Parts: sequence; structure tokens; C-alpha cells
Amino acid sequence: MFMRFIYKFSSPPYFYAISGKIIPWLTALFFLLLGYGLYGGLVTAPADYQQGDSFRIIYVHVPAAWMSMFIYVVMAISGGIGLVWRIKLAEIVSISSASIGASFTFLALVTGSLWGKPMWGAWWVWDARLTSELVLLFLYLGVIGLYNGIEDKRTASRAVAILALVGVVNIPIIHYSVEWWNTLHQGATVSKLDKPSMHIDMLIPLLVMALAFKVYYAIALLLRCRNELLEREPNGKWIDELLEKVK
Amino acid sequence: MKTSSLFQAFSAVIKRDLVLAYRHRAELINPLAFFVMVITLFPLALGAEIALLKRIAPAIIWVAALLASLMSIENLFRADYDDGSLELMVMTPHSLSILVLAKVTAHWLLSSVPLLFIAPLMGLMLHMDSDVIGVLLLTLLLGMPVLSLIGGIAVALTLGLRKGGALMAVLVLPLYVPILIFASSAVDAAMSGFPVSGHLSMMCAILFLAITLTPLPTAAALKMSLS
Repeated sequence: MFMRFIYKFSSPPYFYAISGKIIPWLTALFFLLLGYGLYGGLVTAPADYQQGDSFRIIYVHVPAAWMSMFIYVVMAISGGIGLVWRIKLAEIVSISSASIGASFTFLALVTGSLWGKPMWGAWWVWDARLTSELVLLFLYLGVIGLYNGIEDKRTASRAVAILALVGVVNIPIIHYSVEWWNTLHQGATVSKLDKPSMHIDMLIPLLVMALAFKVYYAIALLLRCRNELLEREPNGKWIDELLEKVK
Repeated sequence: MKTSSLFQAFSAVIKRDLVLAYRHRAELINPLAFFVMVITLFPLALGAEIALLKRIAPAIIWVAALLASLMSIENLFRADYDDGSLELMVMTPHSLSILVLAKVTAHWLLSSVPLLFIAPLMGLMLHMDSDVIGVLLLTLLLGMPVLSLIGGIAVALTLGLRKGGALMAVLVLPLYVPILIFASSAVDAAMSGFPVSGHLSMMCAILFLAITLTPLPTAAALKMSLS
């Protein structure tokens, strides 16, 4: 029953039609969340007692950093699904996630560097979290490079899936090795669910922003997947039917 | 037809690679020469101040070993891929990941073990203390196989590509980070007189994890590259 649903949903024509209907709703939701999150973060949240107003970059920095790791995991899992069940859509989700994830990683690094200058007095410090984020960016670049290097896109997707799975096993090892190596970054502020070390007025916009980023990822992913589907099957029958309808 | 046992297949692959390497002895020198030359560049670039060299010697030696390993591993499956023997290996009844492990072991014997003999000499040239050199050798002994094992995955993934070289470095270097960190912090600890057993245990753990896990994606990637 479940598998049948999966197979139905993952057939290109069905996915193309459904995603086309979902995207406008997601876009509306995204702007709603983004508007609320930005207003809450930049206007209503109180200034930090120590870092002043410059802490407000957290509303971009932290969600971007969360997304950078979340997307890598999504990429690896969908890649694994593609490897095992040969679902074409899973392969496409996997590779379409790569460049979005790389952009979020880059965004997290840039905002972190902008935040680091007033706080730590340097654009870049060789600190554990920064370094593991940088390594994550390299992992993304490797995935993208490998995908572009292989001509046949089905083979390329499988290669990328293997690499992503290797990477996902390695990320915890890299993370902790770097953690022991050197750390200057402030500890996790939000993950302590019972008693976050952050004022509630600051926290809620942050969580809303995180949600907005997730929705943005969903939109970008759907758009890229649709594009990739069209590119991979330029002569598909369902595409001809779509074109008929447009005419 | 008499089939060979898994262990026979494993040792046959190692033996074959060693014989092949022996027939092309001159090529064995290349990674060693590369290793020595990269190390030579550092004093030339930094100046010959003894205290400075002594301080950064382990890092230099490790980075040079890592690059030498990266350079030599590119050819791990190349010849077998070109002459078709890789396809025969895939078709044998034995698990491909065990054969991969044999290939990597042979590569380690041929490219990393010689480095272990030259590394102390390099350490002396960079004014390292002899007990620190001992720890450095231990980390190389534990760490170099991991580099070969991880490198094998990337080689297998980029096998069919015409210009795989630069791509391979991008794929592999991020995965080398943990081993570099543990190795150099072990040597650092030894230099400041702290116990190193913790770092070495971590490296052992990574080594066994790599021996167990890395042949699987390598074999999968090889099958993919051949299909």
C-alpha cells in the first residue's frame, strides 16, 4: 500500500503535476514565515546584553547552518533509496539537493564570518565548527563535481549516492575530530530543549526562520527536480502531452 | 572445476600485484621521491631555523605522506581497468569487497611501507627528537592504510572518467581530515611530553572501521564504473 503510493508519487508525470500545484502554496507560506521571522528577529526581539544588535545575524546564520547539515542527510538518504529501489525521482532529489545544500553551507560560512569579525575580532578563526562547516562545503563540491564529471546521468546519480553515503558516515567522525582539535565557537544555544539559554522572544523568530528556510528548500528542490526531469527525458511522452495542453 | 577459497583469492591478488610491481621496479621510486621532495620544499620556503622546523616537522611529514598517498593511489585500479582484468575479478565467485581489500593491501605494501623507512630519516633532517619520531612512525603505520582505504573509494568512483585526477583530490581530501587531525595531535602530544595512547587508540579504531566498511562502497562503485 505504502510502496504503491511511493511508486505512484515518484512517477515523473504525476510528480510534475502535483509539484506544480504545491509550489504556489509553499511560496505563500514561505513569504508569510519569512516576514514574521524577520520582523520578530530584527524588530521585536530584544538586543543581546553582550553582543548588542549584531547578534541578529543569528536569524540567517543558524538556520542556514542547520539546513546545510539537514540537506546533506536528505541527499544521502534519497541517494540510498535511489540505489536500492532504483527510483528515478529519489536520484533526482539527491542530486538536486546538492547545490542547494552547498549554497546554504556557503551562506552559513559567510554570515558566520561577518558575525565573527565584531565578536571575535577576526573574519576567520580555525575553530571546530567553522572548519567542519568548511569541510562540509568541500564534501558538497565533491558531490557536484563528481555528478558533472560523469556523462551518463543515471550512472552519475549512483556514483553520487555512494559518495553521499560515505560522506554521511564520515561527517560525525569529521565533526568530533575537529571538535577535539580546537573550539572557540559558543556552545549550542537552542538544542537544549528543556531550558534553552536564549530568551523566548529571541527564540521564537529563530525557529520561525528555520521553518521558513525549510520551506524555501522544499520550493527550490521541487523547482530543480521539475527542471531535471524535463532535462533527462526531453522526449518523454508525458512532456509531449503537457506541451499539447499548453498550446 | 575446483574453486579456490576466499583466502587463496585474497593472497593471489596480493601476490599478483606484488609481482607486477616488481617487474616495474622503477615506478616504485616515484611516490618516495615525491615524498622527499615535498618535504625538502618546506625548509627552502620557510628558512632553516631549527626551532621552527622542529615545531612543524610532524605536520610537514604528514601532509607530504598524505599527498604521496593521494598521488600513488590514483593508479590503484587503472591498469586492471585498462586491460580488463578488473572485469574478471568482478566475475569471480568471490566477494568483490575482499578482492578490493587485497588490492588496497598490496598498494599499502608498495607505496606506504617504503615511506615508513624514509620518514625517520626525514624526521632527523627536520631536527625531530628520536622518541617523537617513534610516535610519528606509529601514527604513519596506523594512518596510512586508512588513507589508502578511503582513497580506494574515490578511485573506484572516478575510474571511468578521463580527467579524474583533480576531482579525486576534491573527493578524498575532506575525508582525510580526521586521520590527519588525530595523527598530528598524537605527535604534538608526544612533543610536549603528554601520553599519546588515547590518540593512538582512536587511530586504531578508525583503522578497523575503515577496514570493515570502506571495501563495500569501493566494490559498489567499481561495479558501477564497469557497468
